[in-house]
Amino acid sequence: MVFDILLPVLSIAGLALLFGGLLGFAGKKFHVDVDPKVEQIQNVLPGANCGGCGLPGCGVFADAVAKGTADYSGCPVAGSDAAIQIAAIMGIEASVSERKVAFIKCNGVDDNVKRNYIYSGPTSCISASQLALGGSKACAYACLGLESCKNACPFDAVNMVDGIAEIDTVKCVACGKCVDACPKNLIDMVYDKAKIRVMCNSRDKGKTVKDNCRAGCIACTLCQKNCSEEAIVIENNIAIIDYDKCTLCGVCVDKCPTKSIKVLS
Amino acid sequence: MSMFFIFVGAALINNFILTQFLGVCPFLGVSKKMNTAIGMGLSVLFVMTIGAALTHVVYHQILARFGIEFLQTVVFILIISSIVQFIELYMKKMFKSLYDMLGIFLPLMTTNCAIMGVALINIRDTYSFAGAMFNSVGAGSGFLLAIIILAAIREKYDNHPSIPVVFQGFPLALFSTGLMSIAFMGFQGLI
Repeated sequence: MVFDILLPVLSIAGLALLFGGLLGFAGKKFHVDVDPKVEQIQNVLPGANCGGCGLPGCGVFADAVAKGTADYSGCPVAGSDAAIQIAAIMGIEASVSERKVAFIKCNGVDDNVKRNYIYSGPTSCISASQLALGGSKACAYACLGLESCKNACPFDAVNMVDGIAEIDTVKCVACGKCVDACPKNLIDMVYDKAKIRVMCNSRDKGKTVKDNCRAGCIACTLCQKNCSEEAIVIENNIAIIDYDKCTLCGVCVDKCPTKSIKVLS
Repeated sequence: MSMFFIFVGAALINNFILTQFLGVCPFLGVSKKMNTAIGMGLSVLFVMTIGAALTHVVYHQILARFGIEFLQTVVFILIISSIVQFIELYMKKMFKSLYDMLGIFLPLMTTNCAIMGVALINIRDTYSFAGAMFNSVGAGSGFLLAIIILAAIREKYDNHPSIPVVFQGFPLALFSTGLMSIAFMGFQGLI
Protein backbone atom coordinates (compact mmCIF):
# COMPACT_ATOMS: atom_id res chain seq x y z
CA MET A 1 0.00 0.00 0.00
CA VAL A 2 2.70 2.43 0.99
CA PHE A 3 4.73 1.19 -1.94
CA ASP A 4 1.85 1.98 -4.32
CA ILE A 5 2.03 5.62 -3.35
CA LEU A 6 5.76 5.85 -2.95
CA LEU A 7 6.64 4.34 -6.32
CA PRO A 8 4.93 6.98 -8.52
CA VAL A 9 6.16 9.78 -6.27
CA LEU A 10 9.70 8.48 -6.35
CA SER A 11 9.69 7.88 -10.10
CA ILE A 12 8.43 11.35 -10.85
CA ALA A 13 10.88 12.85 -8.37
CA GLY A 14 13.68 10.79 -9.88
CA LEU A 15 12.82 11.85 -13.42
CA ALA A 16 12.45 15.47 -12.40
CA LEU A 17 15.79 15.34 -10.63
CA LEU A 18 17.38 13.72 -13.67
CA PHE A 19 16.06 16.32 -16.10
CA GLY A 20 16.66 19.16 -13.67
CA GLY A 21 20.24 18.02 -13.26
CA LEU A 22 20.60 17.66 -17.00
CA LEU A 23 19.37 21.19 -17.57
CA GLY A 24 21.54 22.56 -14.79
CA PHE A 25 24.53 20.79 -16.28
CA ALA A 26 23.65 22.00 -19.77
CA GLY A 27 23.21 25.53 -18.48
CA LYS A 28 26.78 25.50 -17.21
CA LYS A 29 28.35 23.41 -19.93
CA PHE A 30 26.74 25.21 -22.87
CA HIS A 31 26.87 28.61 -21.31
CA VAL A 32 27.22 31.27 -23.98
CA ASP A 33 28.56 34.63 -22.99
CA VAL A 34 26.03 37.12 -24.22
CA ASP A 35 26.92 40.72 -24.69
CA PRO A 36 25.83 42.45 -21.42
CA LYS A 37 24.60 45.29 -23.59
CA VAL A 38 21.89 43.06 -25.02
CA GLU A 39 20.29 42.61 -21.62
CA GLN A 40 20.59 46.31 -20.78
CA ILE A 41 19.00 47.29 -24.06
CA GLN A 42 16.26 44.75 -23.52
CA ASN A 43 15.43 46.32 -20.16
CA VAL A 44 14.86 49.68 -21.84
CA LEU A 45 12.60 48.24 -24.52
CA PRO A 46 8.85 47.89 -23.91
CA GLY A 47 8.95 44.11 -24.20
CA ALA A 48 5.71 43.94 -26.15
CA ASN A 49 7.31 41.92 -28.98
CA CYS A 50 5.07 43.84 -31.37
CA GLY A 51 7.41 43.61 -34.34
CA GLY A 52 7.11 47.33 -35.07
CA CYS A 53 10.85 47.52 -35.67
CA GLY A 54 10.60 44.91 -38.41
CA LEU A 55 12.29 42.20 -36.33
CA PRO A 56 10.51 39.26 -34.65
CA GLY A 57 10.72 40.61 -31.10
CA CYS A 58 12.38 42.87 -28.56
CA GLY A 59 15.08 40.30 -27.83
CA VAL A 60 16.08 40.05 -31.47
CA PHE A 61 16.02 43.83 -31.81
CA ALA A 62 18.25 44.25 -28.73
CA ASP A 63 20.63 41.70 -30.19
CA ALA A 64 20.68 43.49 -33.54
CA VAL A 65 21.34 46.87 -31.93
CA ALA A 66 24.18 45.46 -29.85
CA LYS A 67 25.69 43.96 -32.99
CA GLY A 68 25.21 47.22 -34.84
CA THR A 69 22.91 45.82 -37.51
CA ALA A 70 19.89 47.81 -36.30
CA ASP A 71 19.52 51.47 -35.58
CA TYR A 72 19.38 52.42 -31.89
CA SER A 73 16.27 54.49 -32.51
CA GLY A 74 14.59 51.68 -34.44
CA CYS A 75 11.91 50.96 -31.83
CA PRO A 76 8.89 53.08 -32.75
CA VAL A 77 7.06 52.28 -29.51
CA ALA A 78 9.68 53.19 -26.92
CA GLY A 79 10.22 56.61 -28.50
CA SER A 80 13.04 59.06 -28.17
CA ASP A 81 13.70 58.65 -24.43
CA ALA A 82 14.48 54.99 -24.89
CA ALA A 83 16.53 55.75 -27.99
CA ILE A 84 18.71 58.11 -25.93
CA GLN A 85 19.10 55.47 -23.21
CA ILE A 86 20.00 52.80 -25.77
CA ALA A 87 22.49 55.15 -27.37
CA ALA A 88 24.03 55.70 -23.92
CA ILE A 89 24.34 51.92 -23.43
CA MET A 90 25.97 51.58 -26.83
CA GLY A 91 28.26 54.52 -26.07
CA ILE A 92 27.03 56.59 -29.00
CA GLU A 93 26.00 60.21 -28.75
CA ALA A 94 22.29 60.45 -29.40
CA SER A 95 21.48 63.75 -30.93
CA VAL A 96 17.97 64.98 -30.34
CA SER A 97 18.15 66.78 -33.66
CA GLU A 98 17.89 63.41 -35.35
CA ARG A 99 14.32 63.11 -34.14
CA LYS A 100 12.01 63.15 -37.08
CA VAL A 101 8.30 63.72 -37.21
CA ALA A 102 5.66 63.43 -39.86
CA PHE A 103 4.61 66.68 -41.49
CA ILE A 104 1.56 67.39 -43.64
CA LYS A 105 2.43 69.79 -46.43
CA CYS A 106 -0.93 71.50 -46.67
CA ASN A 107 -2.57 74.60 -45.33
CA GLY A 108 -5.91 73.97 -46.97
CA VAL A 109 -8.16 74.34 -43.95
CA ASP A 110 -11.86 74.80 -44.65
CA ASP A 111 -11.64 78.64 -44.72
CA ASN A 112 -8.71 78.72 -47.14
CA VAL A 113 -9.54 76.26 -49.87
CA LYS A 114 -12.52 76.23 -52.19
CA ARG A 115 -14.62 73.17 -52.81
CA ASN A 116 -15.82 71.95 -56.19
CA TYR A 117 -18.61 69.84 -54.73
CA ILE A 118 -19.88 68.44 -51.48
CA TYR A 119 -18.44 65.02 -50.75
CA SER A 120 -20.62 62.68 -48.72
CA GLY A 121 -19.03 59.30 -49.42
CA PRO A 122 -17.12 57.04 -47.07
CA THR A 123 -14.68 58.65 -44.64
CA SER A 124 -11.57 57.60 -46.52
CA CYS A 125 -9.14 59.73 -48.47
CA ILE A 126 -8.46 56.80 -50.76
CA SER A 127 -12.14 56.55 -51.80
CA ALA A 128 -12.49 60.30 -52.17
CA SER A 129 -9.32 60.70 -54.21
CA GLN A 130 -10.65 58.25 -56.82
CA LEU A 131 -13.54 60.57 -57.62
CA ALA A 132 -13.68 63.37 -60.18
CA LEU A 133 -11.00 66.06 -59.76
CA GLY A 134 -9.26 63.91 -57.15
CA GLY A 135 -11.56 64.87 -54.34
CA SER A 136 -13.94 67.67 -53.47
CA LYS A 137 -11.31 70.31 -52.70
CA ALA A 138 -10.52 72.65 -55.58
CA CYS A 139 -6.78 72.11 -55.16
CA ALA A 140 -5.86 68.68 -56.48
CA TYR A 141 -2.93 68.51 -54.04
CA ALA A 142 -4.88 69.41 -50.91
CA CYS A 143 -5.31 67.31 -47.79
CA LEU A 144 -8.77 65.77 -48.05
CA GLY A 145 -9.11 65.52 -44.28
CA LEU A 146 -10.90 62.17 -44.41
CA GLU A 147 -8.78 60.53 -41.72
CA SER A 148 -6.90 57.88 -43.72
CA CYS A 149 -3.66 58.89 -42.01
CA LYS A 150 -5.41 59.18 -38.66
CA ASN A 151 -6.67 55.62 -38.98
CA ALA A 152 -3.26 54.40 -40.05
CA CYS A 153 -1.50 56.00 -37.07
CA PRO A 154 -0.86 53.44 -34.33
CA PHE A 155 0.12 56.14 -31.85
CA ASP A 156 -2.89 58.44 -32.04
CA ALA A 157 -0.69 61.28 -33.22
CA VAL A 158 -2.90 62.59 -36.04
CA ASN A 159 -5.72 65.00 -35.31
CA MET A 160 -8.23 66.52 -37.67
CA VAL A 161 -8.26 70.31 -37.36
CA ASP A 162 -10.52 72.45 -39.56
CA GLY A 163 -10.75 69.80 -42.25
CA ILE A 164 -7.11 68.86 -42.58
CA ALA A 165 -4.85 66.52 -40.70
CA GLU A 166 -2.41 67.83 -38.14
CA ILE A 167 0.43 65.90 -36.54
CA ASP A 168 0.85 65.88 -32.78
CA THR A 169 4.64 66.13 -32.77
CA VAL A 170 4.87 64.96 -29.17
CA LYS A 171 3.15 61.68 -29.93
CA CYS A 172 4.59 61.17 -33.42
CA VAL A 173 7.39 58.61 -33.59
CA ALA A 174 8.02 58.84 -37.33
CA CYS A 175 6.99 55.26 -38.02
CA GLY A 176 5.91 56.26 -41.53
CA LYS A 177 2.52 54.54 -41.57
CA CYS A 178 0.69 57.78 -42.43
CA VAL A 179 3.10 58.43 -45.31
CA ASP A 180 2.01 55.19 -46.90
CA ALA A 181 -1.66 55.83 -46.18
CA CYS A 182 -1.90 59.27 -47.83
CA PRO A 183 -3.14 59.00 -51.44
CA LYS A 184 -1.98 62.57 -52.10
CA ASN A 185 1.61 61.90 -50.96
CA LEU A 186 1.30 64.92 -48.72
CA ILE A 187 3.16 63.60 -45.71
CA ASP A 188 6.90 63.86 -45.31
CA MET A 189 9.27 62.85 -42.57
CA VAL A 190 11.09 66.00 -41.50
CA TYR A 191 13.45 66.96 -38.71
CA ASP A 192 11.45 68.11 -35.72
CA LYS A 193 13.88 70.98 -35.09
CA ALA A 194 13.28 72.38 -38.59
CA LYS A 195 10.34 74.49 -37.48
CA ILE A 196 9.99 76.62 -40.61
CA ARG A 197 7.90 74.68 -43.09
CA VAL A 198 6.34 75.22 -46.48
CA MET A 199 2.70 74.38 -45.85
CA CYS A 200 1.88 73.57 -49.45
CA ASN A 201 2.46 70.82 -51.96
CA SER A 202 0.79 72.33 -55.02
CA ARG A 203 2.66 72.09 -58.32
CA ASP A 204 0.04 74.26 -60.02
CA LYS A 205 0.93 77.64 -61.49
CA GLY A 206 0.55 80.65 -59.21
CA LYS A 207 -2.73 81.80 -60.72
CA THR A 208 -4.37 78.39 -60.37
CA VAL A 209 -3.19 78.12 -56.79
CA LYS A 210 -4.56 81.55 -55.98
CA ASP A 211 -7.93 80.69 -57.52
CA ASN A 212 -8.18 77.51 -55.47
CA CYS A 213 -6.68 78.35 -52.12
CA ARG A 214 -5.88 81.41 -50.09
CA ALA A 215 -2.85 79.91 -48.39
CA GLY A 216 -1.02 78.06 -51.15
CA CYS A 217 2.47 78.63 -52.47
CA ILE A 218 2.17 80.70 -55.64
CA ALA A 219 5.85 80.36 -56.49
CA CYS A 220 6.38 84.13 -56.44
CA THR A 221 10.06 83.59 -55.51
CA LEU A 222 9.97 86.34 -52.85
CA CYS A 223 11.28 83.88 -50.24
CA GLN A 224 14.03 82.73 -52.58
CA LYS A 225 15.16 86.29 -53.25
CA ASN A 226 15.09 87.35 -49.62
CA CYS A 227 16.80 84.32 -48.11
CA SER A 228 20.33 85.39 -47.15
CA GLU A 229 21.47 81.77 -46.86
CA GLU A 230 20.15 80.72 -50.29
CA ALA A 231 18.32 77.98 -48.49
CA ILE A 232 15.10 78.24 -50.49
CA VAL A 233 14.62 77.30 -54.11
CA ILE A 234 11.49 77.24 -56.19
CA GLU A 235 11.16 74.02 -58.09
CA ASN A 236 8.06 72.95 -60.02
CA ASN A 237 6.12 75.93 -58.69
CA ILE A 238 6.77 75.12 -55.04
CA ALA A 239 9.22 76.53 -52.52
CA ILE A 240 11.60 73.95 -51.08
CA ILE A 241 13.69 74.68 -48.00
CA ASP A 242 17.14 73.15 -47.68
CA TYR A 243 17.36 72.57 -43.93
CA ASP A 244 21.11 72.07 -44.04
CA LYS A 245 21.43 75.76 -44.94
CA CYS A 246 18.38 77.19 -43.16
CA THR A 247 19.18 79.15 -40.02
CA LEU A 248 15.53 79.54 -38.99
CA CYS A 249 15.87 83.33 -39.31
CA GLY A 250 12.24 83.67 -40.35
CA VAL A 251 12.64 86.22 -43.16
CA CYS A 252 10.80 84.01 -45.62
CA VAL A 253 7.90 83.68 -43.17
CA ASP A 254 7.53 87.48 -43.08
CA LYS A 255 7.91 87.90 -46.84
CA CYS A 256 5.51 85.18 -47.96
CA PRO A 257 2.43 86.94 -49.32
CA THR A 258 0.10 83.98 -48.89
CA LYS A 259 1.51 82.93 -45.52
CA SER A 260 2.19 79.48 -46.87
CA ILE A 261 5.55 79.39 -45.08
CA LYS A 262 4.98 79.11 -41.37
CA VAL A 263 6.88 78.78 -38.13
CA LEU A 264 5.52 75.86 -36.17
CA SER A 265 5.32 76.20 -32.44
CA MET B 1 7.27 -2.10 -45.73
CA SER B 2 5.10 -1.60 -42.66
CA MET B 3 7.45 1.18 -41.54
CA PHE B 4 6.84 2.96 -44.83
CA PHE B 5 3.11 2.63 -44.28
CA ILE B 6 3.44 4.14 -40.83
CA PHE B 7 5.37 7.07 -42.30
CA VAL B 8 2.91 7.75 -45.12
CA GLY B 9 0.01 7.24 -42.76
CA ALA B 10 1.30 9.85 -40.34
CA ALA B 11 2.40 12.34 -43.01
CA LEU B 12 -0.54 12.26 -45.40
CA ILE B 13 -3.51 10.13 -44.38
CA ASN B 14 -3.62 11.14 -40.73
CA ASN B 15 -1.94 14.48 -41.27
CA PHE B 16 -1.63 16.03 -37.83
CA ILE B 17 -3.06 19.39 -38.74
CA LEU B 18 -5.49 18.68 -41.53
CA THR B 19 -6.97 15.43 -40.28
CA GLN B 20 -6.32 15.28 -36.55
CA PHE B 21 -6.41 19.04 -35.81
CA LEU B 22 -3.32 18.96 -33.60
CA GLY B 23 -0.88 21.87 -33.51
CA VAL B 24 -3.24 24.26 -35.29
CA CYS B 25 -2.13 27.24 -33.20
CA PRO B 26 1.44 27.53 -34.58
CA PHE B 27 0.11 26.42 -37.96
CA LEU B 28 -2.10 29.53 -38.22
CA GLY B 29 0.16 31.77 -36.17
CA VAL B 30 3.40 31.56 -38.12
CA SER B 31 2.26 30.74 -41.64
CA LYS B 32 2.27 34.32 -42.88
CA LYS B 33 5.72 34.16 -44.41
CA MET B 34 7.43 31.27 -46.11
CA ASN B 35 10.77 31.45 -44.29
CA THR B 36 9.24 31.60 -40.80
CA ALA B 37 6.88 28.80 -41.77
CA ILE B 38 9.80 26.62 -42.80
CA GLY B 39 11.60 27.47 -39.54
CA MET B 40 8.54 26.47 -37.55
CA GLY B 41 7.99 23.28 -39.54
CA LEU B 42 11.60 22.19 -39.11
CA SER B 43 11.47 22.96 -35.37
CA VAL B 44 8.38 20.78 -35.02
CA LEU B 45 9.92 17.95 -37.01
CA PHE B 46 13.10 18.14 -34.97
CA VAL B 47 11.57 18.31 -31.50
CA MET B 48 8.87 15.79 -32.39
CA THR B 49 11.42 13.13 -33.35
CA ILE B 50 13.62 13.60 -30.29
CA GLY B 51 10.62 13.94 -27.99
CA ALA B 52 9.00 10.78 -29.34
CA ALA B 53 12.22 8.80 -28.92
CA LEU B 54 12.68 9.85 -25.30
CA THR B 55 9.07 9.46 -24.26
CA HIS B 56 8.95 6.01 -25.89
CA VAL B 57 12.01 4.83 -23.97
CA VAL B 58 10.86 6.32 -20.67
CA TYR B 59 7.36 4.89 -21.03
CA HIS B 60 8.50 1.35 -21.75
CA GLN B 61 11.57 1.24 -19.52
CA ILE B 62 10.21 3.04 -16.47
CA LEU B 63 6.45 3.60 -16.47
CA ALA B 64 5.38 0.25 -17.95
CA ARG B 65 7.94 -1.67 -15.90
CA PHE B 66 6.67 -0.28 -12.60
CA GLY B 67 3.01 -0.36 -13.65
CA ILE B 68 2.52 3.37 -13.29
CA GLU B 69 1.32 4.11 -16.84
CA PHE B 70 -1.30 6.51 -15.48
CA LEU B 71 1.50 9.04 -14.97
CA GLN B 72 2.27 9.23 -18.69
CA THR B 73 0.75 12.68 -19.30
CA VAL B 74 2.63 14.32 -16.44
CA VAL B 75 5.88 12.58 -17.28
CA PHE B 76 5.61 13.39 -20.99
CA ILE B 77 5.06 17.07 -20.27
CA LEU B 78 8.13 17.02 -18.04
CA ILE B 79 10.22 15.29 -20.71
CA ILE B 80 9.12 17.45 -23.62
CA SER B 81 9.62 20.77 -21.87
CA SER B 82 13.00 19.65 -20.50
CA ILE B 83 14.35 18.50 -23.85
CA VAL B 84 13.17 21.66 -25.57
CA GLN B 85 15.12 23.68 -23.00
CA PHE B 86 18.10 21.38 -23.33
CA ILE B 87 18.11 21.50 -27.12
CA GLU B 88 17.88 25.27 -27.00
CA LEU B 89 20.91 25.54 -24.73
CA TYR B 90 22.83 22.98 -26.75
CA MET B 91 22.09 24.57 -30.10
CA LYS B 92 22.89 28.05 -28.87
CA LYS B 93 26.37 26.84 -28.08
CA MET B 94 27.02 24.32 -30.81
CA PHE B 95 24.95 25.28 -33.85
CA LYS B 96 24.50 29.03 -33.63
CA SER B 97 23.29 29.39 -37.21
CA LEU B 98 20.60 26.72 -36.78
CA TYR B 99 19.62 28.34 -33.48
CA ASP B 100 19.24 31.71 -35.17
CA MET B 101 17.17 30.14 -37.91
CA LEU B 102 14.75 28.38 -35.57
CA GLY B 103 14.82 31.40 -33.29
CA ILE B 104 11.76 32.02 -31.20
CA PHE B 105 9.92 28.98 -32.56
CA LEU B 106 11.94 26.48 -30.58
CA PRO B 107 10.78 27.65 -27.11
CA LEU B 108 7.23 27.83 -28.47
CA MET B 109 7.50 24.10 -29.07
CA THR B 110 7.27 23.45 -25.33
CA THR B 111 3.51 23.80 -25.33
CA ASN B 112 2.71 22.45 -28.78
CA CYS B 113 0.02 19.78 -28.60
CA ALA B 114 1.24 18.08 -31.77
CA ILE B 115 4.47 17.06 -29.98
CA MET B 116 2.51 15.69 -27.04
CA GLY B 117 0.04 14.11 -29.47
CA VAL B 118 2.64 12.10 -31.35
CA ALA B 119 4.15 10.85 -28.07
CA LEU B 120 0.74 9.68 -26.85
CA ILE B 121 -0.24 8.15 -30.21
CA ASN B 122 3.01 6.14 -30.26
CA ILE B 123 1.95 4.59 -26.97
CA ARG B 124 -1.73 4.19 -27.88
CA ASP B 125 -0.96 2.39 -31.13
CA THR B 126 1.72 0.23 -29.41
CA TYR B 127 4.44 1.00 -31.93
CA SER B 128 7.87 -0.51 -31.56
CA PHE B 129 10.73 1.98 -31.15
CA ALA B 130 11.41 2.01 -34.90
CA GLY B 131 7.70 2.35 -35.60
CA ALA B 132 7.49 5.27 -33.19
CA MET B 133 10.39 6.94 -34.96
CA PHE B 134 8.83 6.56 -38.39
CA ASN B 135 5.51 7.76 -37.02
CA SER B 136 6.98 10.91 -35.50
CA VAL B 137 9.16 11.75 -38.50
CA GLY B 138 6.09 11.23 -40.68
CA ALA B 139 3.94 13.44 -38.46
CA GLY B 140 6.63 16.15 -38.45
CA SER B 141 6.99 15.97 -42.24
CA GLY B 142 3.22 16.22 -42.56
CA PHE B 143 3.24 19.34 -40.39
CA LEU B 144 6.09 20.82 -42.44
CA LEU B 145 4.25 20.06 -45.69
CA ALA B 146 0.97 21.56 -44.48
CA ILE B 147 2.53 24.74 -43.09
CA ILE B 148 4.56 25.29 -46.26
CA ILE B 149 1.46 24.89 -48.44
CA LEU B 150 -0.52 27.31 -46.29
CA ALA B 151 2.34 29.83 -46.19
CA ALA B 152 2.59 29.73 -49.98
CA ILE B 153 -1.15 30.39 -50.26
CA ARG B 154 -1.12 33.15 -47.67
CA GLU B 155 1.89 34.94 -49.13
CA LYS B 156 -0.05 35.27 -52.36
CA TYR B 157 -3.55 35.97 -51.15
CA ASP B 158 -3.47 37.31 -47.59
CA ASN B 159 -3.74 40.95 -48.62
CA HIS B 160 -4.62 40.53 -52.25
CA PRO B 161 -6.76 43.45 -53.42
CA SER B 162 -9.33 41.13 -54.96
CA ILE B 163 -10.15 39.67 -51.52
CA PRO B 164 -12.86 41.61 -49.63
CA VAL B 165 -11.40 43.32 -46.56
CA VAL B 166 -13.49 41.24 -44.14
CA PHE B 167 -11.93 38.04 -45.48
CA GLN B 168 -8.32 39.25 -45.55
CA GLY B 169 -5.89 37.68 -43.12
CA PHE B 170 -7.12 35.05 -40.70
CA PRO B 171 -10.56 34.39 -42.20
CA LEU B 172 -8.96 33.49 -45.50
CA ALA B 173 -6.32 31.38 -43.73
CA LEU B 174 -9.12 29.43 -42.06
CA PHE B 175 -10.94 28.96 -45.37
CA SER B 176 -7.71 27.79 -46.99
CA THR B 177 -7.06 25.38 -44.15
CA GLY B 178 -10.56 23.96 -44.50
CA LEU B 179 -10.12 23.46 -48.24
CA MET B 180 -6.71 21.89 -47.70
CA SER B 181 -8.28 19.59 -45.14
CA ILE B 182 -10.90 18.48 -47.67
CA ALA B 183 -8.16 17.95 -50.25
CA PHE B 184 -6.19 15.80 -47.83
CA MET B 185 -9.28 13.63 -47.32
CA GLY B 186 -8.43 12.36 -50.78
CA PHE B 187 -5.53 10.45 -49.23
CA GLN B 188 -7.97 8.26 -47.27
CA GLY B 189 -7.72 4.72 -48.53
CA LEU B 190 -4.27 5.30 -50.04
CA ILE B 191 -2.95 2.31 -48.14
